[in-house]
Amino acid sequence: MVRYLLLRVANYAVLLFIAVSLAWVLAQTQLHPRQLFEVRTPPLDPRSIENILRAANVSDQVPLWDRYVTWLRGVFLHWDWGTSPGGGAVGDEIGRRIWVSFRLVTIGWLLGTVLGVALGAWSAVRQYRISDRVVTAIVLILVATPSYVTGEVTKMVATAVNKQVGFQLFLFLGEKSTGTLPGYPLAGLVDRVQHMVLPTLVLTLLGLAGLQRLQRSLMLDALGSDFVRTARAKGLRENRAVMKHALRTALIPTGTYFAFQAATLFVGATYTERIFAFQGMGIYGVDTIATQNINGIVAVTAFGGLCYLVGAILADLMVAFLDPRVRLS
Amino acid sequence: MTVTGGRFTATGDVVLSVRNLHVTFPSEAGLVKAVRGLSFDLRAGETMAIVGESGSGKSVTSLAIMGLHPRAARISGSITLHGRELVGLSDAQMSSIRGEDLAMIFQDPLSALTPVYTIGDQIVEAIQTHHDVSRAAAWKRAVELLDLVGIPNPQLRVKSFPHEFSGGMRQRAMIAQAIANDPDVIIADEPTTALDVTIQAQVLDVLKTAQVETGAAVILITHDLGVVAGMSDRVTVMYAGRPVEQGSVDDIFYRPRMPYTIGLLGAVPRLDATGSEPLATLQGNPPSVVDLPPGCPFSPRCPLAHAGCRTTEPDLAGVGPDHVAACWESDRITREHLTSADIFPVESAGDVPPPDTTPRTERETVLSLENLSRHYPLMKGAVLRRRVGTVYAVDGIDLDLRRGETLGLVGESGCGKSTTLLEILNLHAPTDGRIVVFGKDTSTLGRREKKTMRRDLQVVFQDPMASLDPRMPIFDIIAEPLGVHGWSKGRTETRVMDLLRTVGLEPGHANRYPQHFSGGQRQRIGIARALALEPELIVLDEPVSALDVSIQAGVINLLEDLKKRLRLSYLFVAHDLAVIRHIADRVAVMYLGKIVEVGDIDEVYSRPSHPYTQALLSAIPIPDPTTERSRTRILLHGDLPSPANPPSGCTFRTRCPIFEGLDPEQRTPCLAAMPPLEVAPDGAPVTLAQALDPAEARPGGEDRPVGRDTPTDHLVACYYARPVKVL
Repeated sequence: MVRYLLLRVANYAVLLFIAVSLAWVLAQTQLHPRQLFEVRTPPLDPRSIENILRAANVSDQVPLWDRYVTWLRGVFLHWDWGTSPGGGAVGDEIGRRIWVSFRLVTIGWLLGTVLGVALGAWSAVRQYRISDRVVTAIVLILVATPSYVTGEVTKMVATAVNKQVGFQLFLFLGEKSTGTLPGYPLAGLVDRVQHMVLPTLVLTLLGLAGLQRLQRSLMLDALGSDFVRTARAKGLRENRAVMKHALRTALIPTGTYFAFQAATLFVGATYTERIFAFQGMGIYGVDTIATQNINGIVAVTAFGGLCYLVGAILADLMVAFLDPRVRLS
Repeated sequence: MTVTGGRFTATGDVVLSVRNLHVTFPSEAGLVKAVRGLSFDLRAGETMAIVGESGSGKSVTSLAIMGLHPRAARISGSITLHGRELVGLSDAQMSSIRGEDLAMIFQDPLSALTPVYTIGDQIVEAIQTHHDVSRAAAWKRAVELLDLVGIPNPQLRVKSFPHEFSGGMRQRAMIAQAIANDPDVIIADEPTTALDVTIQAQVLDVLKTAQVETGAAVILITHDLGVVAGMSDRVTVMYAGRPVEQGSVDDIFYRPRMPYTIGLLGAVPRLDATGSEPLATLQGNPPSVVDLPPGCPFSPRCPLAHAGCRTTEPDLAGVGPDHVAACWESDRITREHLTSADIFPVESAGDVPPPDTTPRTERETVLSLENLSRHYPLMKGAVLRRRVGTVYAVDGIDLDLRRGETLGLVGESGCGKSTTLLEILNLHAPTDGRIVVFGKDTSTLGRREKKTMRRDLQVVFQDPMASLDPRMPIFDIIAEPLGVHGWSKGRTETRVMDLLRTVGLEPGHANRYPQHFSGGQRQRIGIARALALEPELIVLDEPVSALDVSIQAGVINLLEDLKKRLRLSYLFVAHDLAVIRHIADRVAVMYLGKIVEVGDIDEVYSRPSHPYTQALLSAIPIPDPTTERSRTRILLHGDLPSPANPPSGCTFRTRCPIFEGLDPEQRTPCLAAMPPLEVAPDGAPVTLAQALDPAEARPGGEDRPVGRDTPTDHLVACYYARPVKVL
């Protein structure tokens, strides 16, 4: 098992290297940071523009191969992912943003998963009853609504609630308030929670919707299977047969989905970040392209790739944990 | 009433009593009346079989008794267990009875055990659900139970997951789980249908042991009349949701009084039948249980039916002591001693040419396999794939098929019979050896020659549903091969209509789609397609194994009739030796990619000389209670070894009952090499008991015929071959 996993990791590392290199070539050839400086008023001296670009290793006047070697040296020898055109180190920026994203998505992701699985399994057991139809309808609306609409609607509702209660119950700009905090104990924590509620709610709803659909159909397959009938024939009550035999088996594919979702959420919660003004990874990915930040986009790609591969390994482990048929072979 | 070991009832007392059971559930098409008025009493220690074809309501009955019917189903009538009414009990109340007093064994052992828990865990769960015992004690009991049902190394295997067990072992585990709480009634729903014959014999044996051990009454639900004859004391025959005949097993088999029972018994090909009288064929199909017309549901298919049968449905009425039948004509059947031959006239297709009397050796060879082998590489590794072994799917077989002949190829799943068939159809060079079709070596054929050859070599597949494109009307399906071979539109049309008539279908139905036809009719469409180009050789892969008995007989009769009229040659692959006996002229028995015995059908069945053939023949139940009761069986141990890792020497030695009794010196030849196919020994067949006596075993050669009166091509691959009287 360990040998198998190590092989897997080595395989993924090679894949990741190739993917990031390709992203680097694409960014270097398609983005033009020079334009950013050329349109400045007052105009900058072309020589100093060139110097700035060379310092960031993004000058199109240096041969591509030389830039690649410089980039590789930086990354592998000094763990230096380069600088943005503005001058900040990309590595530091990402180091900060990873934790913002982490704080933003973790709770929503876990809640969404647990609730999605539970709701999916529950509605499968109650297939075609009113409760199943209602849940299914709500979930379908959620799935069909673009995430920025969900986010904005949540904000509107929160504003209305705030008006109703007469004070700022929900806060939705950034991770925490900037000014001074009130003097009661744990005020900092309360403030953060007030900021977290809405984005977490949006992420939970989005995660829940997808998983409910998946889990419901998996559960329906499992419920119709012979081994659930066998469990019932042994004398297990319906609930117990469903929980112990059907749900346990139907969780195997969900495990894979869960692991992969973790990875994509990390860099993919762009809309949620934008709407609630979180300075996370998703929004950074979009911004780097808009600001011709070659080193930034390459680093974001590398991080996204890493997340994905961690997700893949997690998925492997998850399946091996849940499914004895895989564990043994 | 004596109470033994906490049991409520002693042998002979009624345990389960069902009265006027009706099960109805809604469907898109209307109300499905799945069971209509079933009554029976089941006594302790007794086995009652419920027999019927698909849709007759037998499985619904079992689920209703267990209280596991679909939630939408409506149940009326009464089901009492030890006098306690079960109909109307809550799920909680039923749950305390299920698994404790009522146990069930399901059909498909591959899917009936939860894949994520060990066998031990599942048996322990069954025990702990009902009894407050420690896990250690329950675990110990699980090991005992596995030992009882014949799982080798139970201490070790109890920790296995279901996928590590073969089908037969899983069914044993299912039985162990069912008897874990010493139930009073065991319901076995088609417990051996998914298993090979030698495994079926093992599992039925285990089921008998389990019944003796628990003293339980057994409800055996099956479509296999042979199993019924061997296992049951009483029989209920169901048709369209209704019991149509009930009685002791002897009454049902020897004195059936309802035309459906009579037809069903006449439609089964029998292993012990000599000669090949056509089977009784029941016209038409079982009715749908939605919107049944008034009258007897069997009347549309019944040759004895009269106007009265079509208006009023007969009730069960006594036709003998403890024997009831639902038929207006049962008096006449009793009086005139009507048999299946009297009631079901055999279809006569008219102009059958006189049989070909040319001796076999003078007829043209249409297919010949010489040392045919097909090995598949066994690969491993995701990144660097490497070969770690070889699957010897087919490993050096010789066969020849003459014009106008049917060669049956039999063996258990995984023996290589389907691979052999695919190799022939591929028309490519095999791994080793030669395939010669119509005198031409297939490895030397060009594209054009292959196309010509495919015209003369056609195939009929097992699954009549999967082998017909559901989006094509049957006209197009049958016309497709004609189009490929460039037939004109006009000729195609006449040909398709002719073909439909030939296979007994209505030409007017040519525009319908496969879904509008029943299984038997679909198989007829498949046969019509195979016949379209007037082939000379047809290979058939289990063509009737997916069909119900009454439908199967019609297709078998059709194939026989076509063979005679069109002078076809068949290579007929099947696992059912009774079907082979009925249709084949010669038979080849395969084991692990090799042929172990081949010869004339009557010769092989009356003088089987290889221990595997003997075991196969003895494993097949015969639909005759007296014969079944008096038969001794050779029970093979274990499962078929993997063709990736066949045993050294004789591949059968690991399961061979003769080898087991040999002393080390006698075993030497078996361990050294696979015995060659040689002429079968002469002499009168010995009994099974003698055959298994090690003192009687002699290395072959002494018995080999020297100057037998009639030249024989009965060949057998065994050093200790000797003819045995199995049937």
